[in-house]
Amino acid sequence: MNIAKPNSYRSGPDERGHFGIFGGRFVAETLMPLILDLEKAYTAAKADPAFQAEMNGYLKNYVGRPSPLYFAERLTEHLGGAKIYLKREELNHTGSHKVNNVLGQIMLARRMGKKRIIAETGAGQHGVATATLCARFGLECVVYMGAVDVERQQPNVIRMEMLGATVVPVQSGTRTLKDAMNEALRDWVTNVHNTFYCIGTVAGPHPYPTLVRDFQSIIGNETKTQMQEIEGRLPDSLVACIGGGSNAMGLFHPFLDDPSVEIFGVEAAGHGLTQLHAASIAGGRPGVLHGNRTYLLMDADGQIQDAHSISAGLDYPGIGPEHSWLHEVGRVNYLSATDDEALAAFQLLSKLEGIIPALEPAHAIAKVMELAPKRPKDHLMVVNLSGRGDKDVPQVGDILRGKK
Amino acid sequence: MTTRIDTRFAELKKEGRAAFVTYVMAGDPDPKTSLEIVKALSKSGADVIELGIPFTDPMADGPSIQAAGLRALKVGMTLKKTLDLVRDFRKSDNVTPLVLMGYYNPIYIYGVDKFLADAKSAGVDGLIIVDLPPEEDDELCIPALKAGLNFIRLATPTTDDKRLPAVLANTSGFVYYVSIAGITGAAAADANVVGDAVARIKRHTKLPICVGFGIRTPEAARAIAEKADGSVVGTALVDALKNSLDAEGRATAKTVNAVAELTAALAKGVKGAQQAAE
Ligand SMILES: Cc1ncc(COP(=O)(O)O)c(C=O)c1O
Repeated sequence: MNIAKPNSYRSGPDERGHFGIFGGRFVAETLMPLILDLEKAYTAAKADPAFQAEMNGYLKNYVGRPSPLYFAERLTEHLGGAKIYLKREELNHTGSHKVNNVLGQIMLARRMGKKRIIAETGAGQHGVATATLCARFGLECVVYMGAVDVERQQPNVIRMEMLGATVVPVQSGTRTLKDAMNEALRDWVTNVHNTFYCIGTVAGPHPYPTLVRDFQSIIGNETKTQMQEIEGRLPDSLVACIGGGSNAMGLFHPFLDDPSVEIFGVEAAGHGLTQLHAASIAGGRPGVLHGNRTYLLMDADGQIQDAHSISAGLDYPGIGPEHSWLHEVGRVNYLSATDDEALAAFQLLSKLEGIIPALEPAHAIAKVMELAPKRPKDHLMVVNLSGRGDKDVPQVGDILRGKK
Repeated sequence: MTTRIDTRFAELKKEGRAAFVTYVMAGDPDPKTSLEIVKALSKSGADVIELGIPFTDPMADGPSIQAAGLRALKVGMTLKKTLDLVRDFRKSDNVTPLVLMGYYNPIYIYGVDKFLADAKSAGVDGLIIVDLPPEEDDELCIPALKAGLNFIRLATPTTDDKRLPAVLANTSGFVYYVSIAGITGAAAADANVVGDAVARIKRHTKLPICVGFGIRTPEAARAIAEKADGSVVGTALVDALKNSLDAEGRATAKTVNAVAELTAALAKGVKGAQQAAE
């Protein structure tokens, strides 16, 4: 596609929530007034220094930020090319980047006087982060999770319940993340008067893709400062996995207008791109679902297709609208990694660095294994280690022992 | 432009009664039976027919209509076949207004201009697209109006007086008032509360106002018809259809009749309503 290069890649969305043709507000009328309220509340909060100050306090003392930018020496040696840095989001409280966004949204919910929080979750990391902050602030929490994911991410289901949340297994449709999101939207339509929907990624109707991006941008902003301190310059490339795309957007966004920085998003190729997978950019086209226009996996009639990934957090047939736009304008390169490649990367990082990654960022590591050897030794590559693998240990253990 | 919807509501106004609006899913439980059901609706007293476009991810629908969509998709129903169904229906009925109701993605993928041309020529009169609020009017609403189709908007309990003008601005045919904040098939709304809401909307528009969500029985349909210009029933008809299917979800000899009988009973309820003075 031939699209004129914008002056800045960081100016979107427009006032209607569009990134090029992507984004928008495709929701039922019942929700529309709420979405407009949320936009107003967010604009006011952003301009309020007290909001930022309160956020910063919790980010430091509760989440444990800044997360380290760690030189992965043995991985670098092993791959024999680029110098690889890991942005250690897995060290955050609750074990992933999801908490950055949830903290922001819960602060907003409190400002808006909402006492009941709902969320959808795939891997359970967003659900755990939401349950955690609801516990911390004494809010009611209901988490929708596909029945298939409830099965394969048991440790997180137990955590959410311990934190006092109600986990609702979703039996409709494909019983994964997309259906959890449908069910959360149905709950929201029904309980509009007291409920705040805490969306876990840079998707959904405007203003969600923007506010989630803004809350996650702390990842990229810290990386910029840390790399300056360590190496005295910008990194040369960034790599992150993509489910809906929030950890990726958080890392990428602050660097979009630095043309020397190559940027790679990694989608889940499941069994392979010619079979069942979850790579919406590689295998999809623009459509409308869950409140926004974006790349989606669908059939010729516009029916949404089943996604597949070994990783519950990437098992979604769509992607955030800003990623769709960054793909079309050519600023970010979207690659994909299969289940098997992710499993191999999962084991490699565990053995070489003593860090067990979540299956989601294992997809990013898988592409680092391809990209790094082709780059010179002074090339600085940052990969977002978006979460830790504790939740995946039972599932991967079974696979490696040949049980599944 | 005058559509079959405008004509029908003008007639009903002369008769001094409210409309009975029915909803079923296109292609449920199979395209052939579905056509027979749609024909039976108009013969059994439906004044306006809403036909659901099946979609994998119906975010505003409850379990009954979700399942109906999946039954239709399972037997290969598509938007194109939905238009075929309308075309076939028009061979025997060229007066009953027919409205397609669904979600935007299948239409967007079909291609908006081609869809509008094909829908118009098939005999569709109006569209209700749940996930297209006024903020997205450029997508389909404005082109539909230009193509001579009504674009029927949902107003809800959360649509306050400040927002109503925006919701009504490009609405035509009738206004669909969703009686509760919720999904289809949920609890019924109180007729008096609905009456207040209808009165509130009437202050902003001259269009007829039909009320739906949560109406299941002839009594409830009648109570709402006394407060509004029409009662919409969907989930109850879809449930009647489902209860007539065999264990594999296929139509039986009872299926068309099951829907027709409930339709007739509901229509009688609506027709027995005492219309409130204008
Ligand atoms: C650790 C981790 N990384 C990545 C993701 C994918 O989400 P996103 O693309 O929004 O970062 C998830 C989602 O569950 C996750 O748990």
